[in-house]
Amino acid sequence: MADTPVNAEAEHSVKPTPIVPPSNIAGQALSLVIAIMSFLACLTVGAVLMIDKSASSWQSQISREATVQIRPARDFDIETALVEAQAIAASFDGVTDARIIGLSQTATLLEPWLGKDINLSELPVPRLVVIRIDERNPPDFKAIGTAINEAIPNATLDDHRAWVDRLVSMANTTTYVGVAILLLVLTALVLTVVFATRGALASNHIIIEVLHFVGARANFIAGQFQRRFFWIGLRGALIGGGAAIAMFLIFQFWAQRNLTTAEGVQVAVLFGDFSIGMGIFIGTFFVIALVAALTTITARLTVVRTIYEIDEQRADPSRQSY
Amino acid sequence: MIKFENVGLRYGMETEVLRDVSFEIPERSFQFLTGPSGAGKTSLLRLLFMSLRPTRGSISMFGRDIATIERHELPIMRRRIGVVFQDFRLLDHMTTYENVALPLRVRGKDESGFRSDVSDLLNWVGLGDKLHALPPVLSGGEKQRVAIARALIDQPEVLLADEPTGNVDPHMARRLLRLFLELNRSGTAVVVATHDLGLMEQVDARRMILNNSHLDIYG
Repeated sequence: MADTPVNAEAEHSVKPTPIVPPSNIAGQALSLVIAIMSFLACLTVGAVLMIDKSASSWQSQISREATVQIRPARDFDIETALVEAQAIAASFDGVTDARIIGLSQTATLLEPWLGKDINLSELPVPRLVVIRIDERNPPDFKAIGTAINEAIPNATLDDHRAWVDRLVSMANTTTYVGVAILLLVLTALVLTVVFATRGALASNHIIIEVLHFVGARANFIAGQFQRRFFWIGLRGALIGGGAAIAMFLIFQFWAQRNLTTAEGVQVAVLFGDFSIGMGIFIGTFFVIALVAALTTITARLTVVRTIYEIDEQRADPSRQSY
Repeated sequence: MIKFENVGLRYGMETEVLRDVSFEIPERSFQFLTGPSGAGKTSLLRLLFMSLRPTRGSISMFGRDIATIERHELPIMRRRIGVVFQDFRLLDHMTTYENVALPLRVRGKDESGFRSDVSDLLNWVGLGDKLHALPPVLSGGEKQRVAIARALIDQPEVLLADEPTGNVDPHMARRLLRLFLELNRSGTAVVVATHDLGLMEQVDARRMILNNSHLDIYG
């Protein structure tokens, strides 16, 4: 017998080739598919959290205040009525502040409709008292309304209930739609990961078969594949999740830089402040963990099923091709 | 060691591929399994390797009726059998050395304990200088020898070889045959499935001939 090359033995003892190849075309494609789906899922999670936060914010802002509206009338001292309405409102429990909207502020409010430099004293413009409410201990709006109306017949209390109800309904609908889209994206993610993993495993069928026929136990074979596919899944999910976080950071940066511009204010009103909260990090972590676990479990189940099918064919020769 | 009694095998509703096949493979025996193409040689080998179950009759392997062997026991039973597949079934991403060492690796053996055994075996089959070669760069004959070495590395009690000389020239075929004979002398029962008459004429061994689904045994 010829002598065995010494170098060869030394090299083999250092780094054996993994039984499941570390990277092939199918593995790279799977990583890419997982990265794209994770990115979309993380974006959806972030968007749903942002919508939920904005909806809660609209709801909270509008339900924090009520308004007393006093209409002008002939021989009616509206300034005295405003002070009286302010005093009545402030005397109720649950009212933290009652503030008269001055003439200049009223003019600012009406500026988009009536233009600049108008003389409000010449117009029959209603005046407002804004009442700030303790949200945890709201006042009895009916009692405030009755008391103000008895003292000042021209005054009415608007507790914004109609608006709040509409906004609650809209906010809830928006959140439900967001959650439904998230569920669809997560379902698509699960199915894509499962089928892509199974597709990638198909190219490794010969490895499963050879291992099975050289006497490897099902657990050993499944262990080899689930380790490899765990890393493929984790790598893809980290890339996708990382890209989504990066995108949120870019939006946050843009929003902060443009906070004072008209576009920035409009975007902030509609979509909130784009701040990266813990929720987005937790959601992204959840997506990454879900994807890595799914890939691993799918790989294990597919391998075990393949071995099972090989043994089933043994039991049922009619499933063989001769 | 292995005993077939009135074994029949049928694929689906087709006619029987094997009919009333009865034979015994004693320890340390050497036999050829032959017959025309499509006679059922590969099917019979698959029955011997427990990758198929007969549709009727009984098969006893190493003293156990295979009908009673549980699924989880199959890997342990298969470790007592070495198989050389007709299409080699080598893993292309692993070197020659690693392909041969694979059965030991899956059995949890430490590499330091088998490194020299694998190298010695590869030297024995004439591939001592191809330890690092990957299967795609090997010739058909070299792949065949790697497959044989992999089947032999854990000293199986029986070796099943399906057309082991089908991809090699006559010179290499004789060399592989000598390898099987040497292995047989060291105590392994050998079943070589072949339709190469020239190869069979070189050895005075038992011949199991499959024809029209029946098995006849000579010698």
